[in-house]
Amino acid sequence: MRSGVIAQKVGMTRIYNDAGEHVPVTVLKLENCQVVAHRTVDKNGYTAIQLGAGLAKVKNTSKAMRGHFAVANVEPKRELAEFRVTPDNLIEVGAELTADHFVVGQFVDVTGTSIGKGFAGVMKRHNFGGGRATHGNSVSHRSHGSTGQRQDPGKVFKNKKMAGHMGDERVTTQNLKIVRTDIDRGLILVEGAVPGSKGGWILVRDAVKKKLPDAAPVPGSFRTTSAQPETAHAGEGE
Amino acid sequence: MNIIEELDKEQMEVVSAKRVLPEFGPGDTVRVNVRVTEGTRTRVQAYEGVCIARNGGGLNQSFTVRKISYGEGVERVFPVYSPMVEGVEVVRRGKVRRAKLYYLRDLRGKSARIVEATTPAPASSTTPSAPTWPPPRRTPPPPRRGQGRRRRVI
Repeated sequence: MRSGVIAQKVGMTRIYNDAGEHVPVTVLKLENCQVVAHRTVDKNGYTAIQLGAGLAKVKNTSKAMRGHFAVANVEPKRELAEFRVTPDNLIEVGAELTADHFVVGQFVDVTGTSIGKGFAGVMKRHNFGGGRATHGNSVSHRSHGSTGQRQDPGKVFKNKKMAGHMGDERVTTQNLKIVRTDIDRGLILVEGAVPGSKGGWILVRDAVKKKLPDAAPVPGSFRTTSAQPETAHAGEGE
Repeated sequence: MNIIEELDKEQMEVVSAKRVLPEFGPGDTVRVNVRVTEGTRTRVQAYEGVCIARNGGGLNQSFTVRKISYGEGVERVFPVYSPMVEGVEVVRRGKVRRAKLYYLRDLRGKSARIVEATTPAPASSTTPSAPTWPPPRRTPPPPRRGQGRRRRVI
């Protein structure tokens, strides 16, 4: 199992492919996506790598986190996430993942935080049909109707679909195709929509329900930046 | 410039390097050369009709062409930057007073005609640069004199 990447959603546009058909794509941007730490079986009981992305100001980073970043010798990150990997797929700490981590045509699963809709009724939240518009309907055009039986159960069963908070939750969309990658600008273009708003952090990983193409780099595509002046700067915050 | 605009611009440049569509607008009769793929071989097919609308901007710009085919009205929407569109020839300039000629859908025959524009096309057509859309606004007509026709009081 390979690692994924943390990307930032830029927005959507369209791409014309060779056949002349237009493909709607979401543009994801890799921004200083570096390995920050390892989780090992000896220490933590499982194997994973912790990635960080974005750039956080040192003054807004807590002392504890500054220490954590200093150990890895990386700049403070805005977003951290762990990706479970097999032990042979560990990438060294400090390596920066690049966009060609994914190959064109491969399928990925993307995870993001969906756009919050606030307190939403059942028609919007659960696609209920609502009530009748006319024929004597009184103030229940968009209501849910019955919520249960009679005195016998005497209660509303748990998980009954009702009005409530909608959106702003973790959503994973599976099997989106990679249309193009741009290493210089750190862009990944995936076909279709990706959950979340523009600027949201997106986790991109290999699709679990599709076979990984042989061309995909293992353990990953990354560039190692050793002894950079700015990484030393991050350590000075200690 | 943000990344989306950059990507759009790159794609637009690739297409405009191959071909630039002439300036045309609603009311003009155009012949669109469309690439058609049949099995393995591709050929160019012409689709001639009246441009009844232009929509969108930038890479998402498109135009709608309407024609009557075997007595049945047919409308096709072509993206301006689609690689399927090989080129556009303006057959006839039309004189119309609105941007969207959707009223033509309800008209047939004689009433669906469009008067030809006798004045030459906008001067900017001399420069075959990238088509600008929307075209520069014409000067508004002079204000009407008087308060309409005066009623004679008996």
